[in-house]
Amino acid sequence: MTAALAEKNGTRAARPAAPEGPPPATPRRRPGRERAFDDVPRWQIYVPLGIYLVFTLVPFYWMFLFAVRPAGSTSLVPWPMTGEHFSKVWNERSFAVFFQNSMIVGVCTLVATTLVALAGGYALARFDFRIKNGFMLALLCSQFIPGALMLVPLFEIFKNLQMINSLGSVVIAETVFQLPLSIILISGFIKNVPPSLEEAAWVDGCSRFRAFCAVVLPLLRPGLIAVGSFAFVHSWNHFLFALMFLSEQDKQTIPVGLNTLIGADSVDLGALAAGGVIAAVPVVIVFAFIQKWLITGFSAGAVKG
Amino acid sequence: MAQASAAATPPKVPRRRSASPRRLPYLLIAPAGLLMLGFIAYPVVSVFYYSLQNYNVTKPWRNGFAGFDNFTRIFTEDDQFWTTLGFSAQWVIVQVALQLTLGLALALIVNQTFIGRGISRAMVFSPWAVSGVLTSTIWILLYNSSTGFSRYLADAGIGEYGTSVLSDTGTVFWAATVAELWRGVPFFAILILADLQSVSKELYEAASVDGAGRLRQFFHITLPHLRDAIILSTLLRGVWEFNNVDLLYTLTGGGPAGETTTLPLYVANTGIEGHDFGYASALTTVAFVILLFCSIVYLRLSKFGGDHK
Repeated sequence: MTAALAEKNGTRAARPAAPEGPPPATPRRRPGRERAFDDVPRWQIYVPLGIYLVFTLVPFYWMFLFAVRPAGSTSLVPWPMTGEHFSKVWNERSFAVFFQNSMIVGVCTLVATTLVALAGGYALARFDFRIKNGFMLALLCSQFIPGALMLVPLFEIFKNLQMINSLGSVVIAETVFQLPLSIILISGFIKNVPPSLEEAAWVDGCSRFRAFCAVVLPLLRPGLIAVGSFAFVHSWNHFLFALMFLSEQDKQTIPVGLNTLIGADSVDLGALAAGGVIAAVPVVIVFAFIQKWLITGFSAGAVKG
Repeated sequence: MAQASAAATPPKVPRRRSASPRRLPYLLIAPAGLLMLGFIAYPVVSVFYYSLQNYNVTKPWRNGFAGFDNFTRIFTEDDQFWTTLGFSAQWVIVQVALQLTLGLALALIVNQTFIGRGISRAMVFSPWAVSGVLTSTIWILLYNSSTGFSRYLADAGIGEYGTSVLSDTGTVFWAATVAELWRGVPFFAILILADLQSVSKELYEAASVDGAGRLRQFFHITLPHLRDAIILSTLLRGVWEFNNVDLLYTLTGGGPAGETTTLPLYVANTGIEGHDFGYASALTTVAFVILLFCSIVYLRLSKFGGDHK
């Protein structure tokens, strides 16, 4: 039976599937005998995956198509290309300003969330203190609080702080709602770093802070990438806070700009698509870089943290 | 090595430890704690407070203590509360069930070893990073009646020209569902794939030796292993889908004819556009209690964290 499987998978030359097959010349992590257990017929992988890829990618392609083809064209291939929609949204619809604002909000939220969550996560992972359980409970409960329903009281707070129409209000609101999950995640990552490593550094004369920076921080890289990218992507994408707290046009962010395009009396689909591409590019780039770490980041026991 | 050096200078470790002040953990959680007190706890308390008030900017003469009037109104007079609550429940259940099923299937597929796995993972997970507004943007482009895909289908002789799935009460739910699935499935797929990494290969090996087929291996090894991750992610996702408004707000605006208005959307309309903040606060309180109750029941019924292996 194993021989038959090896036959069927003959396309994969380097696969030592059967014990009687070619000797495992290429060093593999697992010896040949075990391969048979998770051997799934190739079509059972490629057919559903292909269908799902079409479902995932066609919408992206559709947006790209609408963004680059001339107005009035109904061609399904993006040729000839035009940049008219991009220059229109970038200049006339102020997406240049929105883009800059979104970047400021995203980067500030990333930095603030990561720093505050590192401190909190370290406390939860390394100390026992009296309000620890209460604090954990508060973090978990806050997950149930709908940010959308907190808009009015938050608006009043920021009005009193005179922060309406300041990007700071959005940064604070995004950071606060990003914090609970980030703290839980980071404390899970820190728990995975053996305390003995830190203790060894203390023995060598490092302060707690230096030991943390020199020993723990480098090991937290996947976790920090996961949490930081969460914070960035989330604040880049979030819509309601920016919509409510930033009413001046030169303070608005990309999602608000997109919503304005959607809500226009006669929707300019080309401009909308170009705006969508502009909104998508940074997160897709961030995502392309982090997606490998994302899996390891989560599987490091973070979810069970 | 660490232990050896610690043993060489035994008194140093405890000294270091006691040298760190007992206040340190409190100092460390202070920034997070203060931010959450100011911008989560205080708004929550004020929502509870206003739920007992008449507070309407457009009718200031009625402002004042209202007792449980707002709540009585919700449960006895407000039909829209029940319709929107029903739609919210439908939305959450359909989304979570479909996202979980597809996400699980997707995770199992991309967990296999095959050529092109890395790039496939990156591509199928990519909508995870896309916002609700951008999802709306993309699907408006797909759904629009003049140049959306219905036009190309009509060109090919399928369906009629000018079909708009977003303005038809019969199709709008599924149109919105598909759009939300598109960006929601990767969340489950990522979490489940991460959890799949920790399934011990020996278990499958042993099961296979004992003659268990792949289906039995899935139900007796994979699913039990994923159990806690599935319970937690469905709960988080359910709450998130309940609370989240940006996709429906921008894609359908709650329409047509209020067909896709969720409870949070109704609350936002009442509080922000209707300026009836007292009543909106009472609705928020009710929504919060319902959510908390459902979550506790769900965790109890699913015996989360219990020993079940």
